[in-house]
Amino acid sequence: MSSLVSVEGLAGVVFLVVVAVTLIGGVIATSSTRLPRAVSGLALCLIGIAGLYYFLNSPFLAAMEMLIYVGAVCVTIVFAIMLADPGADKKPGGMTAVGTAGSLGVGALFAWGLAALGTTTMWPAAAVKVNDGSVKAVGHALLTTYSFVFELISVVLLLAIIGALALARSGRDKA
Amino acid sequence: MILDLYNNLETYLVIAALLFGLGIFGMLNRRSLIGMLIAAELLLGGASLNFMAFNRFLAPDPTTGQIFTLFIMGIAAAEAAIALSIIIAVYRNFKSIDTEDIAELQG
Repeated sequence: MSSLVSVEGLAGVVFLVVVAVTLIGGVIATSSTRLPRAVSGLALCLIGIAGLYYFLNSPFLAAMEMLIYVGAVCVTIVFAIMLADPGADKKPGGMTAVGTAGSLGVGALFAWGLAALGTTTMWPAAAVKVNDGSVKAVGHALLTTYSFVFELISVVLLLAIIGALALARSGRDKA
Repeated sequence: MILDLYNNLETYLVIAALLFGLGIFGMLNRRSLIGMLIAAELLLGGASLNFMAFNRFLAPDPTTGQIFTLFIMGIAAAEAAIALSIIIAVYRNFKSIDTEDIAELQG
């Protein structure tokens, strides 16, 4: 129980704003008919998720979310829209009304099921924390316990770069 | 109290569930490939948020969830790059990224 005029109360207000940004961004990303608008909604949603990470005691992950998702993935999607969106000559509207209602129902069912599962389960808290989860601890774990996965993911990224270049390059000379 | 929501595991689980539901809705409702990719990013965001919430409140080692989320981000970046280059290749061949137009194998 905290009042509005305190540090905790202010943090609560900021948290509500962050949650609103996340959900509004998600709604824009999924329901707008124009793709550039949808990407903007996605960027808004990901900024909100970065704020949530900040509230979850992980400023490092918040910065990474901004860099990788907002900075790289969204910009890449914008590039793809510029290269591959037929744009104006595309027929407007998406699904039929029945299709939209059905997908809305399935999405709502998933969200309701997961939320009900999350709120009704009694989650047992850990008895003892072995470290504080700081950036230093993350870096240490990344280069000791998880060093093999760390190397593996760099190979995956290298393969993704080469594969993306090969895929996007093929057929370019005849076009 | 509504201002204390941020210190509560269930809040984050509900937000992650809503993001996941939005992602599923977008995935089913979209007809263009890029729209589906955007919905897939929302799905991954919901999953990462779940990992981070459990990591913050329940995990004995609070680095595990952060590192897993970092790996999800790396995989998501690789997935976005590959998917977008496939979309560009599809667009070159079909002059469309609508899923209704690229159904040649439908018979």
